[in-house]
Parts: sequence; C-alpha cells; structure tokens
Amino acid sequence: MSYGLLLCIISIGLVVTMGLMRVVNLAHGAFAAIGGYLAVGLLTPLGVPLGLAILLAVAAVAAFSIAVERLLYVHLYGASELDQVLLTVGINFIVVAGLTVAFGPNVLPSRLPPSLAGSVDLGIRAFETYRLVVLAVGVIVIGGLWLVFERTSFGARLRAAVDNRTMAQAVGIDVPRLFSIAFALGSALAALGGALGAPLLPLEPLYPFKYLILVLVIVALSGFGNVRATLFVAIFVGIVDTAARYFLPESGAFTLYVLLIVLIVWRPDGLLAPRSAR
Amino acid sequence: MTGAVSPFLLRHRLRPLEPVWWLLAIAYFFVFPEYLAVATSVLVMALFALSLDLLIGFAGVLSLGHAVSFGIGAYVCALINLAGWREPITGVLASGAASGLFALAVGPLILRLRGLPFIMVTLGIGAIFYEAANKAVWLTGGDNGLPGVTLDPLLGLFRWSILGQTSYLYVLCWLLVLFYLARRIVASPFGVALQGIRENPGRMLLIGAPVLRHLVVAYAIASAMAGIAGALSAQTNAFVGLEVLSLTTSIDGLVMLVLGGIGRLYGGLIGAPVYMFVQHFAQQWNPYYWMFLIGGLLIFIVRFSRGGLLGLFDSLVRRVGQGHGDR
Amino acid sequence: MTGFALEAVGLQKSFGALPVTDSVTLRLPSGARTALIGPNGAGKTTLVGLLSGTIRPDAGRISLGGRDVTRDGSASRVRHGLVRTFQVSSLFARLTVLENVFLAVSEHQRASGGMWQPAGRRRALIDRAEAILERLRLTDHRHQEVARVPYGVQRLLEIAIALALEPKVLLLDEPAAGIPTDEVSVLLETVESLPSHISILMIEHDMHVVRRFATDVNVLVQGRILMAGPPAVVMASPDVRAVYLGQSGQSRFAGGAHGA
Repeated sequence: MSYGLLLCIISIGLVVTMGLMRVVNLAHGAFAAIGGYLAVGLLTPLGVPLGLAILLAVAAVAAFSIAVERLLYVHLYGASELDQVLLTVGINFIVVAGLTVAFGPNVLPSRLPPSLAGSVDLGIRAFETYRLVVLAVGVIVIGGLWLVFERTSFGARLRAAVDNRTMAQAVGIDVPRLFSIAFALGSALAALGGALGAPLLPLEPLYPFKYLILVLVIVALSGFGNVRATLFVAIFVGIVDTAARYFLPESGAFTLYVLLIVLIVWRPDGLLAPRSAR
Repeated sequence: MTGAVSPFLLRHRLRPLEPVWWLLAIAYFFVFPEYLAVATSVLVMALFALSLDLLIGFAGVLSLGHAVSFGIGAYVCALINLAGWREPITGVLASGAASGLFALAVGPLILRLRGLPFIMVTLGIGAIFYEAANKAVWLTGGDNGLPGVTLDPLLGLFRWSILGQTSYLYVLCWLLVLFYLARRIVASPFGVALQGIRENPGRMLLIGAPVLRHLVVAYAIASAMAGIAGALSAQTNAFVGLEVLSLTTSIDGLVMLVLGGIGRLYGGLIGAPVYMFVQHFAQQWNPYYWMFLIGGLLIFIVRFSRGGLLGLFDSLVRRVGQGHGDR
Repeated sequence: MTGFALEAVGLQKSFGALPVTDSVTLRLPSGARTALIGPNGAGKTTLVGLLSGTIRPDAGRISLGGRDVTRDGSASRVRHGLVRTFQVSSLFARLTVLENVFLAVSEHQRASGGMWQPAGRRRALIDRAEAILERLRLTDHRHQEVARVPYGVQRLLEIAIALALEPKVLLLDEPAAGIPTDEVSVLLETVESLPSHISILMIEHDMHVVRRFATDVNVLVQGRILMAGPPAVVMASPDVRAVYLGQSGQSRFAGGAHGA
C-alpha cells in the first residue's frame, strides 16, 4: 500500500506536468532521484534530521526545476513527441551522470533514524513504522493536494488551464507563470516521493530510468491530466502489487506490468475515460 | 529553389558520397586489425539503429521498446545454437523470423495506438519481456545469461578466428545486404506510403490506404531486422545477456539514430560509431562523463540541429555551395 | 430501387445529450450537383464525417451505389468511390505537392504495397499524378514542400488528391474557404469541369458559388434538414432567410457580394 502511495506521490507531479503542458516528461524521475539523494545522501549524513532534510531537499528541487523549466522545457510546448522524448532523455542522462559522479554508482544505503526504524503493533499485525509514516505523509500530501486543486483559486486556474489552455489564456490566466509554478509543484512532489521513499525505493543513479515505466504507466492509466484518477490508479497499483507479492511471490513486478499493459492497450485514454467514438 | 526535385523520384539513385561509408568500413578492416571486436559491435548496433530508422524515421512509429525485437533475435539464436544448430546464416535468418513473427502478432494490437499511449505500451512491453527473461532463468540464464554460443565455419569455409576478422566481415556483409533491402523498401511506393502515414495518418485512411496493415508490415520488417542484429550480437559475442532486452538498449539505439540523423538511412550508420567512440574514449577519462556528453548532445540536437550530424553536414554543404555560387 | 450514388437515411449522432445530426436523410443521384448550406454550428462537418466514415452514427444507414457501407471504415469507403476534401487543408506537409498526389494515385492503383520497384521508376503512376497537377495548373509547384506553398495551392491540391482517387461521390467541404478572391476562379472552374458522372455534395457558405454550381440545395439547421430543393426556391424561402440572421442573411440571399 505504501508502495502504491509513494508511486502516487511521484506520479501526481507527472500528471500535472503531462496533463497541463502536454509534454512527455521522461525526466520526472530525475527530480525524484535528486530529491532523494539530496535528502538522504547529502543532508542526513551532515547531521540534518530526516524530516528537515526532506523539506530542504524538496525546496531545493522546486527551485532548481523552475530554472530547468524556463531554460529547457519551455521549448517543448507544442513540439513533437520525439523531441520531447529526446530532450527529457538527455536530461536524464545528465542527471544520472551527475549523481554517479557525486555519489558513486552503487545503491545508496539509507539508514532510518532509530525512532522510525522497527515496527509498531496495530493489533492485526505488526507494521514497519516507516511504512506507516509514509502512509501518513502520503495521505496528508494527497489530501492537501486535493484541497489545493478543488478548493483554491490556484487549483481552479490550474484545472482550467489543463482543460483548455487557449480559453484560460483568453480569460486572463497567466498560463506561462502557471506552468512554471505547476512544474515546480510537480517536481517538488517527485522529490518528496524520492526522498521519503528512499528506504522503500532504493536510490541509485539509474533511479530515473528504473521507475520511469511504472510511473508513466500510472499516469497513462489515469488519463494524463486527471488528478483524481491518479489517486485511484495508484491505489489500484498498490493493491495489485501487494496481492501479487503475496499470492505469486515469484513473479515479482511481472504481473503488475502485464496487467498495466493490457489495461493501457484496452483503454488508451485512461481507465476512467469513456470510449471515444472511433 | 531551382533544381529541387521531389525526393521520392531520386531516392533509388546512388548518391556520390554513399560508397564512402562502405569503403571506410572495409578500409578499417585493414587499418585497425586489433580493434575489430569493438568495431563489430558498432556494426551490430548500426544495423539495430537502421531498423529503428525504418520505424521512426519513415513510418513515424516512435517505439521505445525496440530492444525487445533485438533481444528476441539474440536469445532465439543462442538457444537454437546451444540446442545443436550451429550453422550461422540460417541461425540468423531463423532468429530474424522469430522477431518478425513477434511483430506480426503484437503489431495489429498496438499499432492502432498513436503518440503517448503508444510510447507507454512499447515501454511496457519492453518491461514485460525484461522481467520475464529475468525470471525465466531456466530459459535465459537470468542474470548470468547464455554463454557458449559456438558456430560452424561460415559457408563451411571460413573459420571463426579469435581476432574477429571473420566476424567483422560477416556482420559487414549482413549490414550491406539489409541496408540494400532497406533502401529499396524506402524508395518504393510502400516507402512513400509509410511517409504519408508518418505525416498524416488520418488523411492516409481517407485516401483509402490500409494504414494498419502497412504499419504492421513495416513493424515486422523493422523487427526482423533488429532480430537479425540481435542474432549477430549473440554470434559474435558468443554470449547473450539480459541487457539485450533492456530499456538502455532501446534508448541507445534511439540516441545513435538521432545523433546521425533520422529518416536518412545512414543516420544509424553514422550515429553508432560516433556514440560508441564517445562512450569508449570518454570512459577512459572518467567512467561517467560520456553520459554528460551524450545528454548534452541530445539537448543540443533537439534545440539546434534537428537533422543530427547528417543534417549539420547538409547545411554545411549548402552553405559552401552558396558561397561558390555567389562568386 | 434506382441506385443512388450516395444514400443516407435517418442518420443520427449525438455528443452527450446534444443531437448534432438529427434524422438526416440525403440522396444523391449519379451526376448530382448538390449544395449543403446552413449556419455555423449546424453540424455540416459532422455530417461529412458521418458520410465519409470517420464518425460512427448512433443510428441510420448509408449506402454507396446500392452497397451498404454503414459499418465500413473510411478507407473502405474511399476504395468504393466516396472521397472527401477538407475545409482546413489536411495534407502531407513535409512532402512535396507531387508526392502528395502520387500517394493518392499509388493507393488508388493498389500499388502502395509494392516494396521492390522504386517509386521513381513507376512512370505510369508518376505520369498520372503529373497529369492531374497539370489539369489544376499546379505543375510549377510540384516539387515544392506543401508546408511552403500558398494556401490557394493547398486548396487545389486537396481537389487534386480527390481526383487522383477517381471518386464516384465527392464531398467538397468548403473548397474555396480561405482563398483570396482573385484565386477562387481557378478552383471554381475546376469544380465545374469535374466529370459529369461524379456526384458532388458541396458544403458552402458562399451563395454566389452555390447559385453557380448547384442544381439542388439542402439546408442544414441544428442537425436537421430544414429544406431541400432547387437553389432559387430554397433561397426565396422565408424560413431559410430567417435562419440566417438579420441583415447579413438577407443581403446574402439577395445576390450580395462574394463572401461575408
């Protein structure tokens, strides 16, 4: 479950990016990786407490992503898919190289502070404390996001721009600025997922490529822009994954992939979209 | 623009600089006999990139899972070899056929999709095959791969030397033959139709074209070609490992193609040596700097030089030509 | 029943709760010169989509020359002789004008599956493509990339492609749309000189063109056929005039200048 929620946190950011800017962003995982590495690889060993480290890492990534957006992504709006794939893969390469140079090629071990390691007995069975923490944070973040999207004017403007960019601009919404903010938000969420999830999704330089497929498929199944659907899909993924590990432990991620592929071929516009007329 | 003629009228004609590449490839054999092994890998990847060019450059099908075709060819080749069938040429043909059949089976289902959903599906299929191969240790050897591919002498005459002379010329011949075939296909009415599908698939339907059928055929050809490349990889390395099915391989092929220039057939043949050269030499310097270089190159290409190296070359030639014309 | 070249009966299409096409029945005999007019938003383009097969109807039947094509896809309908052109040019942008027409010729002659013979040597196909371009006075542009040719040339190219497919039924979606006034005449002459056995349904806003070209006019309003008949009758009808708003509508029908 926490696996699903983690993926959800990372994916929601991508949903905003891809839905809003219609850009194939294969580099989304790179921001998650940077966030994770900053928090767990840099700040924590320096003695910064985990919570603070995560917050700082997220803020840093958000700031960094705005620069990247203004410099690079801005050229991708309306570009061909091939261009988008190539540019974001290029960013991935650079990030992977940078992380390897900075932190070495091996998996980064993440040690949990003693207060969070271990497990808590909730009566039914014992759960690892950290997984509960992730679950809690996940729920808060998603709840918070939901509030922002559904209840604030920013959220309303964002949804309007996702729905119909030209109309939103005609109505006076500053779409480019909105994009930058949304991109920063998306990347920050990715960083949060990467940092928070480090014990569960181990950090290694190839992180951006490793979870790329899973995150993309989640975003695809949720229809590329539908924030609510992402939540639903991510929970679904979490359940399927947990069930697969339980009932078919040998298959690993395989069952999940097969299921997801079948689903995306069956419903290319997303699980919740109605069948389009031809 | 005086003198400009519709490309399709001339595509079958040999262009003046074309033989240069092939002559260089043959010359390499004599000039660098100690470096034939790495060059053979380059030729294999060039063939892989060529097959991807048919798919992306001509048919407009952006697949990020082309390594599956490569990997199927590689594993089938290794498996039939280990089972006792050691004749190299038929081994390669059989492996190519296996990849082609895979494409014929999967194509009609996935080629209905376009754009983003299609990219997703290709990524997903790649992931499925990789994971499946990873798990099926009894078949693929899992992490350890399948070593021990041994070949009968080529055509009963040429033995396989350790220095890789036979391997290099063998792969070069395959590349030549398949390149020639690709050239014919691209210059044919089918090739023009593929370009039409790339430019405007909806309109192709409305001129009565069997779009899905054309795409499946193109995909099958590209897949078979990639499968042959995979088989050649298995034969010349005497080994097949999981990376033949990996996302990395798919992306490597794409990067090589883009470096050279998409849609020109020679793109992959130029991009592969450049890519592996950069990788090889940058690695001496620092194992990871090559990724910086390639990443930077990709960004540069997207922003400034869409046609890759061949595109740059073309604009240089044009500028020189204009310079002469002004005199 | 005498074979109509194109017959659509009871076509129905709704998007959500909104019926965009409402019980439309249309019959084109061989050699028809029929215009389809109606205010913006009446559903003309949807109707063309239904007829050409890109949109599937909720109800109704379409037949081509007596053959039921309701379930056929668009490619199949084209192969049976139903061809449409686009209001907003839908061409192969990075290919040349000649290549665009060649594609259509090649498909029509079922040559597009050929993988061995170079296209550049298929003289019969090339000659045919060049002949069509010649007829539409596009020969000078033939080696130019479509993305770079003037818009008027693109509109003519739409028709060239249609001709290459040797249609029996031709759906022209506002062929003169967006062309400067002085270039319209070439296009109209071409339309007028189309073979007389072809049945043509033309969507038009320009009453000048309608009067010149059509023997029959169908008026589409909010998805329904309000009225059908000869141009003079239709344009004199007070109902039809009322549909086109106020002054501009009255002046249109009263023989006003080209375009509005």
